[in-house]
Amino acid sequence: MLASLLLRQARRILLTALLGGLLGATLVRLGPGFDVDERELDSRLSADSQQAIRAERARDNNIASFYFRYLVGLVHGDLGFSRSLNRPVSELLKERLPLTLVSLAYGVLGGVSVGLTFALLTVWWRAPGVDVVPAVLSGLCLAAPAAVIALLFLWMGAASRWAIALVVFPHVYRYAKNQLVATSQSPHVVAAQAKGLSGWRVLWAHVFTPAAPQLAALAGISVSLAFGASIPIEVICDTPGVGQLAWRAALDRDLPLLVTITVLVAVMTLVVNSMADLALAAWRSPSESTVA
Amino acid sequence: MTRKQKFALVILGVTVVASLGAAYIAPSSYSEQFRDAISAPPSSRFWLGTDELGRDRFARLLYGTRVSLLLAPAAALLSTLIAALIGGAAGYLGGRWERVLTAGVDLFLSLPWLFLLLAVRALLPLNTSPVTSVMITFLLLGCLGWAAPARMIRAGTRTLVNSDYLVQASASGISRWRLFWRHLLPNLRPILLAQFWISVPLFILSEANLGLLGLGVSEPLPSWGVMLRELENYSAVLQNPWMLAPAILLVVVVSCLQLLLRTEESAFPC
Amino acid sequence: MLIRPAIVLLLGTSLALSAANELRFCLRTDPKTFDPLLVEDESSATVRYLTGGVLVRLNRYTQELEGELATKWKVSESGRRIDFELRPGVRFSDGTPFTCQDVAYTMHRLMDPALHSPVADPFRSAPGEVETKCTGPTGATVRFPGPVAALAAQFDQVAVLSAASAHKDSAVLGPFELGEYKPGTYVLLRRNPNYWKHDANGHPLPYLDSIRLEIQQNRELELLRFRRGELDVLNKLDPDIYDRLSSEMPHAVVDAGPSLDWETVFFNQVQNAPLPDYKRRWFRSTDFRRAISEGIRRDDIVRIVYKGHARAAAGPVSVANHFWLNPAIQPASGSEGAAMALLEHAGFRRAGGTLMDSSGNKVEFSMITNAGNKLHERMLALIQQDLGRLGIQLNVVVLDFPSLVERISRTYNYESVLMAWTNIDLDPSAQMNIWLSSAANHQWNPNEKAPETSWEAEIDKWMQAQNASQDPNKRKAYFDKVQQIVADQAPMLFLVNPNALSAVSSNLKNVTPAVLSPQIYWNADRLQIGGTLVSER
Repeated sequence: MLASLLLRQARRILLTALLGGLLGATLVRLGPGFDVDERELDSRLSADSQQAIRAERARDNNIASFYFRYLVGLVHGDLGFSRSLNRPVSELLKERLPLTLVSLAYGVLGGVSVGLTFALLTVWWRAPGVDVVPAVLSGLCLAAPAAVIALLFLWMGAASRWAIALVVFPHVYRYAKNQLVATSQSPHVVAAQAKGLSGWRVLWAHVFTPAAPQLAALAGISVSLAFGASIPIEVICDTPGVGQLAWRAALDRDLPLLVTITVLVAVMTLVVNSMADLALAAWRSPSESTVA
Repeated sequence: MTRKQKFALVILGVTVVASLGAAYIAPSSYSEQFRDAISAPPSSRFWLGTDELGRDRFARLLYGTRVSLLLAPAAALLSTLIAALIGGAAGYLGGRWERVLTAGVDLFLSLPWLFLLLAVRALLPLNTSPVTSVMITFLLLGCLGWAAPARMIRAGTRTLVNSDYLVQASASGISRWRLFWRHLLPNLRPILLAQFWISVPLFILSEANLGLLGLGVSEPLPSWGVMLRELENYSAVLQNPWMLAPAILLVVVVSCLQLLLRTEESAFPC
Repeated sequence: MLIRPAIVLLLGTSLALSAANELRFCLRTDPKTFDPLLVEDESSATVRYLTGGVLVRLNRYTQELEGELATKWKVSESGRRIDFELRPGVRFSDGTPFTCQDVAYTMHRLMDPALHSPVADPFRSAPGEVETKCTGPTGATVRFPGPVAALAAQFDQVAVLSAASAHKDSAVLGPFELGEYKPGTYVLLRRNPNYWKHDANGHPLPYLDSIRLEIQQNRELELLRFRRGELDVLNKLDPDIYDRLSSEMPHAVVDAGPSLDWETVFFNQVQNAPLPDYKRRWFRSTDFRRAISEGIRRDDIVRIVYKGHARAAAGPVSVANHFWLNPAIQPASGSEGAAMALLEHAGFRRAGGTLMDSSGNKVEFSMITNAGNKLHERMLALIQQDLGRLGIQLNVVVLDFPSLVERISRTYNYESVLMAWTNIDLDPSAQMNIWLSSAANHQWNPNEKAPETSWEAEIDKWMQAQNASQDPNKRKAYFDKVQQIVADQAPMLFLVNPNALSAVSSNLKNVTPAVLSPQIYWNADRLQIGGTLVSER
């Protein structure tokens, strides 16, 4: 049962990610400046050289044939060749992905931990003004551009991965706080309090645990947020990760690189969201339909 | 309304009125360049000093507030509404519909929408007014920023769908659509408000980041996003701390919105 | 008993100093290639400059050609032939002897059409084969099918490869060789143990043991690291950063004066561009273009945008280019009166605060530039206000670079452009593709089948004349004419030449800043890190 569920999820993830790759390639193709190259402005180049540059760029004009070639290459482990960096995409990812994954892990775990902690504390104390500090902090983090946060960390000599946590934390805090407060007003919590259970037990067993599956939905969003934040942070901090690669690929309209990164982000998002969905499905009663 | 909420409302009201009355309050226009007073410190002539082109920062802050404070919440509202519809429908309908909509949302989250924004910019005539251009940018942001909130709303909807009051309403013969619109969506308010509140500064900053690619506000129209980008020059900020004014104003406005939109005391009907 | 610790101490000190004998500066991006014949980007060009041995080198400071691997050279047959006298006793970094065969091999590879070497394009003046012959043990003759302008100077970009080495990819003749490359992080160049140059005292060059090129795009981060002493050189500084640094470290900053680069504006004069006819008439009107040029206050651009670190430009030759500059041409005055006079002469008139053309159309147009460039964005804001004084409404549009390139070179869907041009060559033949009306880089109206105006035909004539001549004085006279026509007709409005701004750590010795790139490390083989014992080896 579990195996078939996981298999179905894996198939869904794969198909969706590949569809994402095709749509991403189409979006890039439709964007302006797709088949131009800044070398065309180099007045030292002869007409023949410029023509050769244009012909090279025009090879990927037909998205269908590009994507077909890409998929065939994918089956053989070839992710294409990055024009902007002049290297195979697989090599680039091999170098950069571990760095970004570590940063994302720090960012997501850090952001979620801090956000949840503040949310739990706010619900635990419920005193007037107790949420002022986290509210102001989250407001500050929301108001500051990721680039500014990154620069601040650089200036302090701190690791930029924690800047990602500061970007993720306000979203987690706000949603988690609302969810926990809403759950804390449920009749079963009132009943538990009336029975004289300790504050900590009520918070953990009757507030946090029932809200946990909804909070699990934060996981997928946090990953998307963290990856989105990693782009300006890696660019500012010059961290050679996938975020910096994505930015470079976007500026240069590097199609193989962009498609691969799109598929990668899709897979990451889908995997995390699927895990959150499975957690939610496991919490629900058996009479309800389960998420496939 | 609590005292804090009234205070927040007053602050917001003053900010909105000041931005709308910028033409009367600001001593100069947002685009006028005082080329003999480049990067001047605050004075009686320039209350927040001038920028690197000699433009009055206070005037630019007021006019920029107009752009950001009106358009960012509108975009946030649009994205929240779309998210409510799609996320709510996914959670409510369940089964295959939920699977398809959820996959669509996840797909949407992964795509490089930047290129759609670039394509729209390319399609716009070059002589489009700055106001039109920025309105279109925020409209697009609103249309593209719904996917992450939709996920959260779907999860919240799944929890509510088997609530006692919904079961009772369904048993009493209310149609599915009425159930959705009249009983489910209003109870998603805490989640929707949280998403709205978060989206406002997110869109303001997105507009600023899009400026790096030629999207967003164009000269000479100011916005908070454009002014916030100046903060990247951190050593200039240390020497000219009044450059933090737009960031402080953004934090104040976002905090006031948060206070005004607090509804956790009346989150769920029983 | 004291001897051993003393030896250890001396050795330790020597080792410590040697380890510190490393120059550190930044590249903006990873080098795209380490093949010197395929260099197109700045980072790859930096590595080539430091590792490649060339026959002839343009001294960036004196702007004179000097022999490197060639002790002598002679250009003949109207620029079709060049004879080199090669330096004897030179070896590649792996010990392989340098001979004429290496020159022949390099030229053969360079001119291979399948390679599409951008370095080869200046040599391709006519179809046909390039022949390289060895004439004696140290003689090499290269013959081209057609005359090549500034033939000798073109070899400054041609790094000689080894024909015989077992390690063709890594054997070099320059002062440094490639040591390590960590993508996204750094490139480490180590001193070439077989480098042929020695200083006046007979010590082998280079003085440095290594050069570490950190890959760093962020200028703020670069500045932070320089302040912390982690970098020795900052190249091509923004005026903002220069001013900030000069207040903190006044002895570190270097303003070498106006560079060869231009900031220009040009209008869309393409016949079939998607423009309204009345706008096409404006942009094709010489008086209109000159009026716009007059209306732009270049002094304010210099003072406000460049903080004084630029010079108002008059034409396509910067004051830094001593030989080719036509001193008779002066920058436009920035006078509203002069601008209005030209506009009125062209049939424009003011109605209230708005300028109208003779058909009653309000004068309003857009100017595009590349996004992410703060200097351009500020310049555009200034130009917008300057033209506003004339009653012209200028709409500023910033676009990401590929979108901008597409508009100006493919779709021609633009009205006017503010663009920066980076010039690395002194010789005007490098600008042939800009001035020839049939060329793709004749930016305001590319690829004309025949010159559409008489003045473009004149420019074609004089540019071809200077390209064909080998007499420098005649060439100068011809190019002076081109400069005058450009000043009179204003197809491109030259705004400023930015200064060459750098910062250098006080640890670095023998620095002689030049305006030509590379400004600081052009004499990398003679640079020294202070306190080193290397020169006493």
